[in-house]
Amino acid sequence: MTALTDLYQEVILDHNKSPRNFRALEGATHSGIGHNPLCGDQLTLYVVVDGGVIREIGFQGKGCAISKASASLMTEAVKGKTTEEAEALFTRFHDLLTGPPDVKTDAKSFGKLAVFSGVREFPVRVKCATLAWHTLHSALAGGGAAASTE
Amino acid sequence: MKSTAAPAGTALDVAAVRRDFPLLARTAHGHPLVYLDSANTTQKPEAVIRASDRFYREQNANIHRSTYRLSEEATAAYEGARETVRRFVNARSTREIVFTRGTTESINLLATSFGQAFVKAGDEILITGMEHHSNIVPWQLLCERTGAKLRVIPLDDRGDLILDDLGRLLTERTKLVGVVHVSNALGTINPVKALIGYAHGKGVPVLLDGAQSIPHLGVDVAALDCDFLAFSGHKVYGPTGIGVLYGKESWLSKMPPYQGGGDMIASVSFEKTTYAELPAKFEAGTGNLAGAVALGTALDYVTGLGLPRIAAHEKDLLSYATARLSEIPGLRIIGTAREKASVVSFVLGDIHPHDVGTILDQEGICIRTGHHCAQPVMTRYDLPATARASFGLYNTREEVDALAAGLRKVLEVFGA
Repeated sequence: MTALTDLYQEVILDHNKSPRNFRALEGATHSGIGHNPLCGDQLTLYVVVDGGVIREIGFQGKGCAISKASASLMTEAVKGKTTEEAEALFTRFHDLLTGPPDVKTDAKSFGKLAVFSGVREFPVRVKCATLAWHTLHSALAGGGAAASTE
Repeated sequence: MKSTAAPAGTALDVAAVRRDFPLLARTAHGHPLVYLDSANTTQKPEAVIRASDRFYREQNANIHRSTYRLSEEATAAYEGARETVRRFVNARSTREIVFTRGTTESINLLATSFGQAFVKAGDEILITGMEHHSNIVPWQLLCERTGAKLRVIPLDDRGDLILDDLGRLLTERTKLVGVVHVSNALGTINPVKALIGYAHGKGVPVLLDGAQSIPHLGVDVAALDCDFLAFSGHKVYGPTGIGVLYGKESWLSKMPPYQGGGDMIASVSFEKTTYAELPAKFEAGTGNLAGAVALGTALDYVTGLGLPRIAAHEKDLLSYATARLSEIPGLRIIGTAREKASVVSFVLGDIHPHDVGTILDQEGICIRTGHHCAQPVMTRYDLPATARASFGLYNTREEVDALAAGLRKVLEVFGA
C-alpha cells in the first residue's frame, strides 16, 4: 500500500476533487489542447502571457485523478513565472517522474509538485501526470498563432 | 468451490483447468494474480506453449516448398492446424480457411480485396455502432479509396442494436455488412443469425467479427451462414500473431490477392503472374507457422473442455459478477443487453477508470481500462473510458469476490 498512498496523496485527491483554475480564460494569448489517446484524457489550457510572464492560466477537461490534479497544481506553480522558468520547471518535473527510483531528487525544491514523485513507481501513469505540462509546452510554442478563446 | 448451474458431473472442473495455465500461478504486487482481462488477451495453457515449443524443437522447416522429410512434417502440422480450424468453425473446406496475423489483418485483407473486386463510388458498407476499431478503420480506408460510404446501425441505451431502421440502412447500395458477434466493450451478443438472414434476403454478404465470440460461444459458419468470419488466436487461448479469415469459397475465389509474394503464386514471369489456388492465394510469404500449429492445439483444448460447459461456467461468472458489482455504491454497469457474454464494463462514481485500474493492480487484479478500441461506443454513452472485467474459462467466483473487495478499496482511497 505504500506506493499506492504515495501516488494518491491527500493533495492529489483534493486537487482532483476541487481543481484550481478550472475555467476557460477570456483573452487568452495562448491555448492548447492536450489529449492522451491511451486513456481518453483530454484538456484545454488557456494562458495569458504578458511581457514574457504567465499572468493567468486556466484549464478545462476530463481525466483521471493524476492528470487533473497535475493540471491543477501546474496552473498554481507556473502562474507569475516567466515562460522560460515554466519550461525549465517542466524539464525538472519530467526528471522527477522518470528518473530512476534510486536517484535522490531534491523533492523539496518542487514545492507542492513534489506530491507527484510517487508517480515514478507507476510508469504507465507518467503520461497522465505530464499531459498538462506537454499541453503548456505546445501552447507556449504556438506563440501568437495559437487559437484564442475570442 | 465450483459454481456453475450445469448438472452435476458435467460442470467445468475449474481447479483442474487452472492448473493447465502456468501463468495463473504467479503473483503480482505480492498478491495472487487475478486475471480478469481475457477479452483483451487470454492466458495460454501448457498444451499450447508446448505445441509452439515442439514445433521449433522438432518440426521447424519452411512449408509447401521443399522436398525433404522435415519440410513435409512442418507442412503437415500447419495444414493439420488448418483442418482443426475448419472443423472448429464447421467450414466446408480448408480452402475457405486463410491464416492471418489476427482479426485486424483478416478484416484489412477483406476490405482491401473484397473492396477492389466489388466496391465502387456510391456503394455502401454497413457496420454497427459497437464495432471494434478493427472493423471500422479498414472500411473507412476503403471508403476513402473508392468514394463508398460507411453507414452505421445505432445502439440503444442498454447496448442492443436498434434494428427498426434496418430497411433504410441496408439497401441496394450496400455491398457488405460487417457486424461484431460479441461486443468487446459492452458484452452484447448480437442477433447475427437474423441479421445475416435479412442481409441475404437483399443479396448482401455479411462479415462476422468473431474475435470475442469464438472463445465463448464458438461460431458455426454453416449454421449462421455468414459469408466471412474473422478471429484471433490469442483471444481463444492460442498465440498472438495468428488469426483466421474464413470466407465462402464462392467469394474468396472472386477476390484478388491481398499481398503479393512467395507461396501465393502458381507461376511468375515478368509478363504475367498467375495466382495459387485457395487459400494459398491469400497467404503471401512465410506465415506464423508455429503460431498456426499452436492455434490448432488451443482449439483442440477448448473443444476438449466443451464449449457448452465453458459457456455455462462463464454465464455463471457473468451473473455472479453482475450481482456482486451492482452492490458497490456508485458503480454503474455499461452494457446491459438482453444477451451478454462474460464482459462487465463499468464506471465507479466519478472516479476515473485509470485510477480504478491502478489501485486494483496493486491488489494483483488485472482489468482493462480505457476506450477498449471502441471509441464510438464510449461516445455513444458519453464516457471517456470505462473499466472492464472480462472472464475466461479459468476464472472463479473467488476472483469476482477479489474484484469486488478491490473496488471497495478504490472507494476507500478516494474517500468516497
